[in-house]
Amino acid sequence: MPTFLREVHMKRHNLLDILFRNITRLSAFAVLVLLVAIIVSLIVGSVPSIKTFGFQFLTSAEWDPVTNEFGALVPIVGTLITSAIALLIAIPVSFGIALFLTELSPRWLRRPLGIAIELLAGVPSIIYGMWGLFVFAPLFADYVQPWLIEKLGPLPIFGPLFQGIPMGIGVLTAGIILAIMVIPFIASVMRDVFEVVPTLLKESAYGLGATTWEVMWQVVLPYTKIGVAGGIMLGLGRALGETMAVTFVIGNAHKLSASLLMPGNSISSALANEFNEAVGELYTSALVELGLILFLITFIVLSLARYMLHMLTKREGSTT
Amino acid sequence: MSAEKTVTPKLVVRDLNFYYGAERALKDINLTIPEKMVTAFIGPSGCGKSTMLRTFNRMYQLYPKQKATGEVLLDGENILDKKQDLNTLRAKIGMVFQKPTPFPMSIYDNIAFGAKLYENLSRHDMDERVEWALRKAALWTEAKDKLKQSGTGLSGGQQQRLCIARAIAVKPQILLLDEPTSALDPISTAHIEKLIDELKAEFTIIIVTHNMQQAARVSDYTAYMYLGDLIEFGDTSTVFTNPKRKETEDYITGRFG
Repeated sequence: MPTFLREVHMKRHNLLDILFRNITRLSAFAVLVLLVAIIVSLIVGSVPSIKTFGFQFLTSAEWDPVTNEFGALVPIVGTLITSAIALLIAIPVSFGIALFLTELSPRWLRRPLGIAIELLAGVPSIIYGMWGLFVFAPLFADYVQPWLIEKLGPLPIFGPLFQGIPMGIGVLTAGIILAIMVIPFIASVMRDVFEVVPTLLKESAYGLGATTWEVMWQVVLPYTKIGVAGGIMLGLGRALGETMAVTFVIGNAHKLSASLLMPGNSISSALANEFNEAVGELYTSALVELGLILFLITFIVLSLARYMLHMLTKREGSTT
Repeated sequence: MSAEKTVTPKLVVRDLNFYYGAERALKDINLTIPEKMVTAFIGPSGCGKSTMLRTFNRMYQLYPKQKATGEVLLDGENILDKKQDLNTLRAKIGMVFQKPTPFPMSIYDNIAFGAKLYENLSRHDMDERVEWALRKAALWTEAKDKLKQSGTGLSGGQQQRLCIARAIAVKPQILLLDEPTSALDPISTAHIEKLIDELKAEFTIIIVTHNMQQAARVSDYTAYMYLGDLIEFGDTSTVFTNPKRKETEDYITGRFG
């Protein structure tokens, strides 16, 4: 090839490379820009509310559009409690599912069960909400809640959590529906990470005489803890932000109650329910601030989880 | 002459057959493994030597389609019996694998893992047990200052000695070594071989190896297997210098395998 032609070729090559590099960089920065834009617009939108209520917004349980009195305590508590209930139920159940699928299940059952879990993860949340409201809540009110009220209600410390009337809907119901929704996510991540544990590692533990439980709990789980934590975070993220299903069953009451059986509210439900009818700058701004808080909660929770994981790895004492 | 050495049988194998589904991987094996000696299994890949090892602690039981028939008598008791408790069996027969498999925990906890499953040792006794096992595995001097550090941070050779220490911390009677040096460099291999020589004073050792020189170096008895058959079993020096069977000779002299 003559030199000048080669140079032209090289130039073209360089140009393409530069173009490509800049396009990918642009895409990467777009994510960052979007994130910042969302935060900024949330902050700008909440300014009237922040100016009016200040820090009290976080501690007040008052929510009265008529008198323009807004406090976020009820939805914040509702969001945190429903998510906590969801994880409390979902983590052990998912661990059981993943353990069964990877270690105990007969081979022919693995695939159908695995597919069922993945399908469950794909069910739209509104269907969980409808099912929760029309099927689960009435059954829960008829058969489970009376028992909870009767047996657990009178207990000294936990008692107040289970007092009230069996209505079906409420914070506990929302937590349970959320648990059902996040189980497929957590379980399938756990199964995936359990499956990549080297056979030799498991055999080593079995070879020392460990039971399946001891192998899973003491060897497989520590080995996969980062993946497992990731799965739990995925579930938690979904639980914190879940809107539709929760809106159906939580009761949407801006009332603080000690009992888990009573209706409550979550941040995302409040937003979904009230944005349509929000009139006046302050009302809208209070809702935007709720959104900002949800954003921050998610951020804080995820950061805390990362920090915990970091400490866990450190305590195990890895040198490398 | 050497056959007249007084040996106590530790493990007696009678008419052992092993199946992976329909495939027969061990064919009517009969042999006696002597106590506190090193017995090596050699043979080309797929000859059944690892399978043999995995019947001795019934590791195969983890997998649904594998089964063994016949008898393996440990001190006169058939370990293939359905009534045999697997965890007790594995406390008596420890195993070390082809690759180092440190658990994701500290060196100390790695060693304590097995011991904790069977014995309720006080903190002090456990400390002693960990030190004992690490000393036995010739790892104490290297590891004593970093017991709290992760076992996965050690070098490959150290990790394998950690695995040996972990196995002997349970105080087993028999130690199964499944190609324990196949993933290690020559220096680490020499370490482990020296260790095997020291450990046989207290444990009955059964080693599977691809490396014939290794078998010749470390074992007292050698079994040569081919395609699921036990071709020859005897005194290591006899098997290597004066094999009775032509197949053994061919394999050992490198004409085959």
